[in-house]
Amino acid sequence: MEAFLLQLTACIATGGIYASVALAIVMIYQATHHVNFAQGEMATLSTFIALTMIQAGLPYWVAFAGTLVVSFVMGALVERLIMRPVQHAPILTHVGVYIGMLLIIGNLTGWVFGYTIQMFPSPFEGGGPMLGGLFSAHQLGSVAVTLAVLILVYLFFTKTSLGLAMRAAAYNPRSARLVGIRVDVMLALGWGLAAAIGSVAGMMVAPIVFLDPNMMLGILLYAFAGALLGGIDNPPGAVMGGFLVGVLENLAGAYIVGTDLKLTVALVIIIGVLVLKPSGLFGRVVFTRV
Amino acid sequence: MSLSPARFLLVLLGLAAALAPLWVLESFHLFQLTMAVIMALAVLGLNIVTGYNGQISLGHGAFFAIGAYVTSILMAQADWSFYATLPFAAAICGMVGYAVGLPALRLGGLYLALVTFSLAVAVPQLLKHKALEAWTGGVQGLFLMKPDPPRWLTSVLPLNADQFMYLNVLIVSGICFLLAWNLIRGRIGRALMATRDHPTAAEAMGMDIAALKTGAFAVSAMITGVAGALSAVAVEFVAPDSFTFLLSITFFVGMVVGGVASILGSIFGGLFVLFVPNIAESISRAAPGVIYGMILIVFLFVLPEGFAGLVRRLLAKLSSPENPKPQ
Repeated sequence: MEAFLLQLTACIATGGIYASVALAIVMIYQATHHVNFAQGEMATLSTFIALTMIQAGLPYWVAFAGTLVVSFVMGALVERLIMRPVQHAPILTHVGVYIGMLLIIGNLTGWVFGYTIQMFPSPFEGGGPMLGGLFSAHQLGSVAVTLAVLILVYLFFTKTSLGLAMRAAAYNPRSARLVGIRVDVMLALGWGLAAAIGSVAGMMVAPIVFLDPNMMLGILLYAFAGALLGGIDNPPGAVMGGFLVGVLENLAGAYIVGTDLKLTVALVIIIGVLVLKPSGLFGRVVFTRV
Repeated sequence: MSLSPARFLLVLLGLAAALAPLWVLESFHLFQLTMAVIMALAVLGLNIVTGYNGQISLGHGAFFAIGAYVTSILMAQADWSFYATLPFAAAICGMVGYAVGLPALRLGGLYLALVTFSLAVAVPQLLKHKALEAWTGGVQGLFLMKPDPPRWLTSVLPLNADQFMYLNVLIVSGICFLLAWNLIRGRIGRALMATRDHPTAAEAMGMDIAALKTGAFAVSAMITGVAGALSAVAVEFVAPDSFTFLLSITFFVGMVVGGVASILGSIFGGLFVLFVPNIAESISRAAPGVIYGMILIVFLFVLPEGFAGLVRRLLAKLSSPENPKPQ
């Protein structure tokens, strides 16, 4: 029983990571109706930037904030420089550009920061086991950070006029432009926010899985699975989906298929959701008029 | 359409260019060229489903791996001859392709790319799995032998095993390219493209979209699977880590750079993905990926039709001033 409880708490911690990457994916989806394949690589790069700042002697939370800003700028720049020119191109072009970015950012990270696996510090160290020894301090801390990010994003989208403008720009760009919303700026903003959220996920997961240039590949797939499971157009749903995938993956890994087939679990979830319930558990069913 | 003399000459020239390396190149370069032809065949497979039918696949490395493993298992464990395994590999890959094509019917562009991408990521794990280890050899992989040229051939034409392999690959790929070309320029090819460009209109014209799409997936997987089978024998070794998701991405890059929806482009693509990383590798370990990605994005921005489009445009420019097309 205790082993099972430990498994479950581990699930919740990794689920939190998947939830935040899933949230980043849904953010981009809401702003552009596209799924960014390079999301994971961008987050890994952000995490390396954070590590560089910490090694340069900055306190953790200063580096954390700095990384958020750098990631935000990076995401917005990617939108401006790379995505904008192909905005109206066919989907194949978009997929190609995402793959190109995945290759460039992933390999550039390895080139600049090296391929050795590195330790990444956790801000929640030293607390020891908590809640009856079930959670480590970092697990609790990362779940708290994920929830905080979720609440902030939720408040941003529902309570601020900027959030409303962003939703309008994604939902109906033409009408949004007519009422004076700068749709281009909103798009860049969406990409920036997604990159920043991704960087939070990167910094939270790095102390657990250790930092190397390919850190996010598996995580990205689980996050995709989570986003789809929860509904790709529903941020709270995506977070729920991320947690669910974390639980499914860990329990399946521990009790059913063994650790060497964990990635296949993501594949099965993705295909299962898309075939059985394409709108996800909490998503809206969208009708297309022909 | 009959062969005009000019076209016939072109075909002859092409044949000569394909056969000449047999005698001109030494062993290692001949091996590289063999691999380039195999890559071209794999890219052709991808082109049929993604280029001509518009279903984006980022997971064709999976079919390549299945083809390679079917041939390897039959050769290494059951002592089959190389030639007997080829139809078998093609059939199994075709079936798997059909099975992947079924859920793909429900998925539009980006989702399909995502599903096939996760298939590509999962493949090495599946190949390493313990349940299959008795057949696949697990992480260690399987070793094979290239077929030796038969006596009747060596008595006429002295070839070593590498040269014979190149000849084999050339013949098999040539047949596949011819079949694909025939498929594409006929009724089915037009139906595939109509399904890609305007599914609603195509359906209204009485085309069976579901059959076309799953069929395209099956044929495409079959061709890429044959390429995988050829590669297993050419390399004389298969292991799970040769089939990571980067392989699928390589095919995708080859298709975009060579030319989407172009048979000739597939050949360019195969040559590109084999030789450009070699050049880039001399710069840095990380450089091939970076240069790859940059070339991919530059092509998408500047030359979305790839090499084949460039050649087509140059030819059009060359021929138009002298003899304008009779209307």
